[in-house]
Amino acid sequence: MTTITPDLIATHQLTEAEYDKIVRILGREPSYTELGIFSVMWSEHCSYKSSRLHLRKLPTRGKYVVQGPGENAGIVDIGSGYVAAFKIESHNHPSFIEPFQGAATGVGGILRDIFTMGARPIAVMDALRFGHIDDPGNGRRNRRILEGVVSGIAHYGNCFGVPTVGGECVFESCYNGNPLVNVFALGVAKRNEIFYARAAGIGNPVIYVGAKTGRDGIHGASMASAEFTEESKQKRPNVQVGDPFLEKLLLEACLEAMQTGAIVGIQDMGAAGLTCSTCEMGSRGGTGIEIELDRVPQRESGMSPYEIMLSESQERMLLVAEKGRESEIVRVFKKWGLDAVTVGSVTPDGLLRVKHHGETVAEIPNQQLADSAPLYDRPHTLPPRTAPIEGPEFASKDLVGDLERLLASGDVCSKRWIWEQYDYQVRTNTLAGPGADAAILRLKETGESLAMALDGNARYCYLSPREGTRLIVAECCRNLAVAGAEPVGATNNLNFGNPERPEVMAQLVESIEGMAEACRHFDVPITGGNVSLYNETLGEGIWPTPVIGVVGRIKTAAPVTITFKSPDREILLVGGLGRCDLRRFGGTQYAKVVLKDLWGLSPELDLDYEKRAQAAVRDIVRAGLAESAHDLSDGGLAVALAECSFGGVGCSVDLAQALGGVTELRPEFLLFHEGPSRVLISTAQAEKVEAIASRYNVESPRIGVTTKDRLRIRRGGDTLIDVGVLQLRDIWEQALEKLLEHGHV
Amino acid sequence: MRFGVVVFPGSNCDHDAWFAVRQNLGQQAEFVWHDSERLGNLDAIILPGGFSYGDYLRCGAIAKFSPVMRAVKKFAADGGLVLGICNGFQILVEASLLPGALLRNRGLKFICRELRLRTETTDSPFTGAAEKGQLLRVPIAHGEGCYIADERTLDELEAEDRVVFRYLDNPNGSERDIAGILNRERNVMGMMPHPERASDPLMGSTDGLVVFRSMVSALALQL
Repeated sequence: MTTITPDLIATHQLTEAEYDKIVRILGREPSYTELGIFSVMWSEHCSYKSSRLHLRKLPTRGKYVVQGPGENAGIVDIGSGYVAAFKIESHNHPSFIEPFQGAATGVGGILRDIFTMGARPIAVMDALRFGHIDDPGNGRRNRRILEGVVSGIAHYGNCFGVPTVGGECVFESCYNGNPLVNVFALGVAKRNEIFYARAAGIGNPVIYVGAKTGRDGIHGASMASAEFTEESKQKRPNVQVGDPFLEKLLLEACLEAMQTGAIVGIQDMGAAGLTCSTCEMGSRGGTGIEIELDRVPQRESGMSPYEIMLSESQERMLLVAEKGRESEIVRVFKKWGLDAVTVGSVTPDGLLRVKHHGETVAEIPNQQLADSAPLYDRPHTLPPRTAPIEGPEFASKDLVGDLERLLASGDVCSKRWIWEQYDYQVRTNTLAGPGADAAILRLKETGESLAMALDGNARYCYLSPREGTRLIVAECCRNLAVAGAEPVGATNNLNFGNPERPEVMAQLVESIEGMAEACRHFDVPITGGNVSLYNETLGEGIWPTPVIGVVGRIKTAAPVTITFKSPDREILLVGGLGRCDLRRFGGTQYAKVVLKDLWGLSPELDLDYEKRAQAAVRDIVRAGLAESAHDLSDGGLAVALAECSFGGVGCSVDLAQALGGVTELRPEFLLFHEGPSRVLISTAQAEKVEAIASRYNVESPRIGVTTKDRLRIRRGGDTLIDVGVLQLRDIWEQALEKLLEHGHV
Repeated sequence: MRFGVVVFPGSNCDHDAWFAVRQNLGQQAEFVWHDSERLGNLDAIILPGGFSYGDYLRCGAIAKFSPVMRAVKKFAADGGLVLGICNGFQILVEASLLPGALLRNRGLKFICRELRLRTETTDSPFTGAAEKGQLLRVPIAHGEGCYIADERTLDELEAEDRVVFRYLDNPNGSERDIAGILNRERNVMGMMPHPERASDPLMGSTDGLVVFRSMVSALALQL
């Protein structure tokens, strides 16, 4: 028997105080297996011990919310008796250690979270962040990580048969040693056929289904709760290996087994595997669970109780069935060629009791294990600014050249190279897929559609965590408005550094509060999400990177897309030219790509105006007035106009009139500032568009007309941009491939 | 007409084919489980896309041993119409119902993309309703769609007018731009592109419907 020493406690990343709490709960010293169980359940990854206190500030209720945070996924009502289950999860640490499998199992994990609730996954999106791929020092490694992550996502999603319909891919130096892989998934179920992760009914059998348990992934959750060091590469065995084919079988078998009516509760085995699923199901059901590890299907011989309980082998589920109906469930799983084994039963005593060869190796009160995890109010004080508040003097000599550089930059360029590797069409529901402002999926079941978008912007959040996060929520909702959709719920992925540093903790708190404020303002409740802390390598933390995914409802129709459709249409900038000054320009792509600098503040957001602008755009799109619609974001107006032109129809824009007498907007700001609340609409019915905008008291200047094949932007007699559309498009389309092949454009 | 859509473990375009036949074509469709030894009263069989048996070993290499494939072979031998799409094409090739082989794409990456196909023959129950030379916008989604065969087989395919579709912009390195072929009896067709994904106006193209419509017309003539 292993003796519990202070060293052993420390290697389990438990503090002395936490260990004392364990002893108090048990009324004795824990066994080695129990120590392992506590260490994963109380890891940052599973317990949210640093963030829980602040996550409570987020709005989680709304008229569409059926299930808020606390279950495997959040659930919103989507009408006609159907619901959508969705959530986002990070797999950052594993993806750095082993990009392909790390990303693949990230997809696998979130898909299980969705179908364990009885919902068939219909869409995946990914928010990816890497170090620069043209970095002379780290570029080669960053390219390798990107390629591995993308092919891992493709491998898993394509084989499983879920379309990967959107997302984002961003490059910053702060992700050099710590890429971010956040995967969003959404599924659909009947409202009266939702399944929860609760163990109910004393004496009911606990059934293990899916893949056999091996030694892979042991302590994955704890790994995800620590900083990276030089030794982290040795943790490669901690990364699990995924099998999407098995997961596809598991999906079909679970959904079919659920139809028998014999399943009482079900939970996937993700982080902390068998440990987490048993104690959480018991805790939620107010019951105990007793399992005999000898019955757990095992891939390797001689596994200890510790290893079996902490294994994170993929493609496994735990379910509680109605006593006497086990055979119905076993029959379904057998049909799909899967193991289904009764490993224990639900007990009245509230204990997680684990037996091995008939001997009790762990006996822990479920409730305390799952819900009494430590809760920390960690010190949070914003540090003195590291980015200067004032920006440099600059004047562009070549605005066309600047635009070309922006279009060729990693953040702005076409991501076709990535998304063509994803099957974004399987299940034939994808009305708008990768490259669109928001993805749109039709629901064959209800005749309605769902729009969804995923956004983050760490530059803004680095300059101002609170405002930056509000901007992200605004942009995400704006993307939905461009699709004509009304947001009904959101999920968030909070990627931050080490919360034990007060400055990182302050970023987290500010960000959550900003998110809460914006979500309340747009009436978008957060129904679940994920917190990923300790994103640091060798003491270097990532920038605060909250990512948000918003889901909205719309009528099914052919979607309005980004590109101009025909010449001689009016172009309106709903929301107006916006405002900007030098300080507010410091977080833009122009500052990043052209000036290679970062300063000042994030763009300025007026939540109230943003909400009205979104409402106007939503009405315009729903009324069928927009031939094209595209929201302004990275790179501002000039980049947005270029993207609108990439269908081959260009535009001639004069900003003089929209500016009125205002002259303080210098050309660089005018073209490239990233002020929010703005959407480009091309239309044959400008008056009607204007009427809707003015009803919401939102500016909608006519800034130009669509033309044949050039992008022309002037201010009165001043030509700012005049360039062939196809020339720009080639630059934008080919940039990523060139960067990956040669390390430069 | 009654279409049967075979479901192998790992098929994932089965429902899409079923939906295209039912909703977009207005014909009957039902699923056929992979361990069925008999097909029942069906007029045509679709082997759908996906990753049958996880594509372990080689795409389609395990599916060819499944009980349903014995029934499909017999169905084909009796003159029944069999359409293999994507993974279904791979299975038909592995099962020797069609010649040649499908290798990894030349770029070694999975590609999902809408592209143009040229209809090379209308002398088939799968393209009877199309025009010769008709261009179709149909998506592909595969990692292993590079069609190869020895020169003699390729010449034979051409001589016997058995190349049904060719890519205009060859995405995967297929020999002679081949995207779909027929067996000698012309009642079995395999194609890498997905006509079922181009059967609904909402999906952006309905050019794929011509394949299913042709099958319905051909079957109507038989009856």
